[in-house]
Amino acid sequence: MTEADMTEAEMAGEYEDGNALAGPLREIFAVDVTAAVGQCVSCGLIGPIAILRVYRRAPGAVARCPSCDAVLLRLVRGPSATWLDLKGIVSLQIPLPVAE
Amino acid sequence: MARAAVPGRLSAGRRLEWHVGQLADYRDETPTARTLVLDVPDWPGHLAGQHVDVRLTAPDGYSTERSYSLAAPADDGRLQLTVQRVPDGEVSPYLTGVFSAGNPLEIRGPVGGWFVWRPAEPGPVLLVAGGSGIVPLMAMIRTRRAANSQARFRLVYSVRTPGDLYYATELGHPPPGDDGVDVSYVFTRATPEDWPVPPRRIQVDDLHAEGFSAHVQPACFVCGPTAFVEVVANMLVGLGYDPSRVKTERFGPTGG
Amino acid sequence: MGIVTPGFEGRRRESAARLPPGQYLTGDFPVLSAGPTPRIALDQWEFVITTETGQALRWSWSDLQALPSETPTLDIHCVTKWSKLDTNWEGVSLDTLMSDVDTTADFALAHSYGGYTTNLPLEDLLDGKAWVAYRYDGVDLPAEHGGPARLLVPHLYFWKSAKWVRGIQLLEEDEPGFWETAGYHNYGDPWREQRYQGD
Repeated sequence: MTEADMTEAEMAGEYEDGNALAGPLREIFAVDVTAAVGQCVSCGLIGPIAILRVYRRAPGAVARCPSCDAVLLRLVRGPSATWLDLKGIVSLQIPLPVAE
Repeated sequence: MARAAVPGRLSAGRRLEWHVGQLADYRDETPTARTLVLDVPDWPGHLAGQHVDVRLTAPDGYSTERSYSLAAPADDGRLQLTVQRVPDGEVSPYLTGVFSAGNPLEIRGPVGGWFVWRPAEPGPVLLVAGGSGIVPLMAMIRTRRAANSQARFRLVYSVRTPGDLYYATELGHPPPGDDGVDVSYVFTRATPEDWPVPPRRIQVDDLHAEGFSAHVQPACFVCGPTAFVEVVANMLVGLGYDPSRVKTERFGPTGG
Repeated sequence: MGIVTPGFEGRRRESAARLPPGQYLTGDFPVLSAGPTPRIALDQWEFVITTETGQALRWSWSDLQALPSETPTLDIHCVTKWSKLDTNWEGVSLDTLMSDVDTTADFALAHSYGGYTTNLPLEDLLDGKAWVAYRYDGVDLPAEHGGPARLLVPHLYFWKSAKWVRGIQLLEEDEPGFWETAGYHNYGDPWREQRYQGD
């Protein structure tokens, strides 16, 4: 999921989406969370984690509301612990896997 | 004869761990993009659209990770990833050049549960790919084929030049089982000879087609660079496609 | 640590005696960001120091430019492990900005356009240890590196050098900022490798 040919300036403000957090969040949660639906505490937008704007070229990952840019989620992975802040999300509805 | 695909399940309840895979084979899709075929023991299977994270570690302990979409359904513990070599990249020159048969690679996954297509879904399905965004969408086409699905699929594939096409032969001369998969191309910098239109960016007219219009509510999957995905998603919503049926995956500036 | 990947070297990096533990030297100047790059017009730009009693001192862009500036050459260390030596800056010392400020506060919280915050003891901003910098390597500080102006506190990890700085709030009690409330160390001394809480 890499991309090429961007200057540092272009890359500075560039973001990925919540799909990019699937791996790091899957280390913490027993299920996939990218399909989980939440509401932004700031503007009320409702949608799945997958559509958040994720900035990872940082000391940690910051996921922002695609509508109002408020910080919804922060994830920092240290050597022996992961910090997860979800206070930007009203609540998270996490689908449990359907038997296939 | 194709093996039956292992039906994927979103693995639940098990800790996600780093597997160690080995390079079994590779295929160059273009002069700068290579498909890696990896053997991963104990692979739990995966769904079309999911990706993996890979981790590379230098002898002094320095390590870095990248994410790559799975390019095909699981086949007996064999995975396929297609990696684009980024000039001055840190990881892609290694994976497309140095990484050789038998070498190990740490892989975590499969991950991603939103941008997925399951064969049980009846279709129709509209796929829109920008550049290397074709990879997870190709996994969907290949999974459809392996599952003998009859779902109508339409792929709109935007690339800069014909030389940038991945899976060119497979898309150009589809195997049996791909009846019901329509493919159209958009070339943004240079077209094949005798192409009816000059190079241009994707337009609204490229998106809708017989059997895939907004009122049949196809499942839409759009993948590629952020700017491409935003433009296409906006076009689809503007055409009346249900936003909740338009799923997007953006490839971002992880650095190559 | 994972298995070693045979033949993988990664970005050019070196260790050197001047580097704090765990750091690598970089040839470029990586841009890290946690959100969209703010774009602030100079005629809207303002820097404000607010004291614990509510007193506020403000500088417009032209006010800032009129103050005596310094041109320090500094080593900078990012918590993501890259370091850059002998970087050249121009800016106004916090000693200059604080010279008319009346305070008994011990703590500071830096605020940036875009909402970022970072905290540090007030004494770590004084005695030649910090600047509001607006030029890097002889040119105006680019937006992706924090321009029009950023805080510069090189003796701490570079997340404390708040990009797009808009002010400093002086506080009687420490108030952890953006990364400090997400697992990063409250102080951040690279020489004691204080990256995460508990280090």
